[in-house]
Amino acid sequence: MTGMGLEGTGTLLYKEVLRFWKVSFQTVAAPVLTAMLYLLIFGHVLEGRVQVYDGIGYTSFLIPGLVMMSVLQNAFANSSSSLIQSKITGNLVFLLVAPLSPQAWFVAYVGASMLRGLVVGAGVLLVTLWFAPLHAAEPAWIAVFALAGAALMGALGLIAGLWAEKFDQIAAFQNFIVMPMTFLSGVFYSVNSLPPFWLEASHLNPFFYIVDGFRRGFFGASDVSPWTSLAVVAASLVAVCGMALQLLRSGYKIRH
Amino acid sequence: MRAVSFQQVCKTYPGARGALRALDGVSFDIEPGEFFGLLGPNGAGKTTLISILAGLTRASSGRVEVQGHDVVADYATARKALGIVPQELVFDPFFSVREALRIQSGYFGVRRNDDWIDELLASLGLADKADANMRQLSGGMKRRVLVAQALVHRPPVIVLDEPTAGVDVELRQTLWQFIARLNRQGHTVLLTTHYLEEAEALCGRIAMLKQGRVVALDRTSALLAGTASTMLGFKTDQPLPPAIAQHARVTGRIVQVKAHDAAEVESLLAQLRAAGVHVEDLEIGRADLEDVFLEIMQGAPAVAPARVAA
Repeated sequence: MTGMGLEGTGTLLYKEVLRFWKVSFQTVAAPVLTAMLYLLIFGHVLEGRVQVYDGIGYTSFLIPGLVMMSVLQNAFANSSSSLIQSKITGNLVFLLVAPLSPQAWFVAYVGASMLRGLVVGAGVLLVTLWFAPLHAAEPAWIAVFALAGAALMGALGLIAGLWAEKFDQIAAFQNFIVMPMTFLSGVFYSVNSLPPFWLEASHLNPFFYIVDGFRRGFFGASDVSPWTSLAVVAASLVAVCGMALQLLRSGYKIRH
Repeated sequence: MRAVSFQQVCKTYPGARGALRALDGVSFDIEPGEFFGLLGPNGAGKTTLISILAGLTRASSGRVEVQGHDVVADYATARKALGIVPQELVFDPFFSVREALRIQSGYFGVRRNDDWIDELLASLGLADKADANMRQLSGGMKRRVLVAQALVHRPPVIVLDEPTAGVDVELRQTLWQFIARLNRQGHTVLLTTHYLEEAEALCGRIAMLKQGRVVALDRTSALLAGTASTMLGFKTDQPLPPAIAQHARVTGRIVQVKAHDAAEVESLLAQLRAAGVHVEDLEIGRADLEDVFLEIMQGAPAVAPARVAA
């Protein structure tokens, strides 16, 4: 990449970050509050009734899952909503006439999505720490799965944003794919407590590995080996990023 | 080196009822420093051609270059040389005018550009709106920001796609003074417009598109000279003699008839008098670009692109 390419990439990244930061009440504070409500309700109902790992209360168990769910959903929401808004209002033309490479688009949209996902995740972690003790048993896994999960969903949001032509198509993607897959990924329970069929089904959900690997970083215990999780997440990441880059290169639905 | 070069550009859109051929072998060049007009009725392919130049649309075949750089293979260099003012009134509601200009500048790799941004704001009458959010601006002000955004990286080639559609007189004047100044400083300008008097006043050379083909390409003065040079105009409430009615352009009470010389004017007036037509507000003027435009659009079939390009 030339010097000019870096300047352009940096500017687009800055613009994407500024975009969500200017409405941070909606893009950061609101999802933190939502996660806190989940914790209050599920923690209140299930604390003392469900124990997944020895010596770990249900509320403690729930926190990493909620943090990761917030990271995933907000990373997806950022790139997808930014792109669909620009497409529908027509201001994507400012980017289309600029000398930005497909790689620059990718880095900026995914980078800003990762930042939003991680800021929201950190916010959730910060406020939920009041409710239950938590310490990082294997912090490297926390970092690895937080970054990989955010990147995966930022790139998936980019694909959805390129594909969608209307707001309700983004909403459908979010409500019928992202929400069920995150809710059924073991955020609220251990998949080992499920009947055999649903246990098998959960193992086909890449989000399960992100949540399980992330939780490993806090408790040093997980449903599957973190290395297995890492392999699944890395393969998903390569596939989704490759597809996003290919769509950008071909000008899919943006250069006719 | 040519500022812009279109070479056998074709564009076909697939459609439910067969393919639509929006551009059919368009070829012409624009030299550095020219003020060039691209005219044609709605649907002639003007915006498609400009979209291909800007990289918003891809040609089905053919080649487009900006300062010798292919707009597909060498898109980054080509786009750096182009400043496009889009037809649609688009804006990013998240930012102020200055933020929008700084961001656009950054996309082109130009940082610390505030001196030029200030100059643009002042020249376009936007200085007091610099910190206003884009949403708060009137349509005319948003249009000015679009012009500023297109010029923020000081492109040598400026493309304006119907920049004065629905714009008030004051902005039109400000805009043309500014663009004319940039043209005198050496910038190449490509303009599409529906206001033919603007094209006549500003453009040194003109191409006319009809159904995706170039049907005229010449110096503005040559286009005007090539047609009947005199226009007889008057108002009347009475029916015209058939011989005149056949060739006249009638807009309500206003009648315009072409005449090649003074003798023909005399003969037309004699015919009107003989028919007993009462004539008011008689004028004899030169034919303008609108007359040329109508003659070309109604007349001759599309000229073979190869001949036009020569």
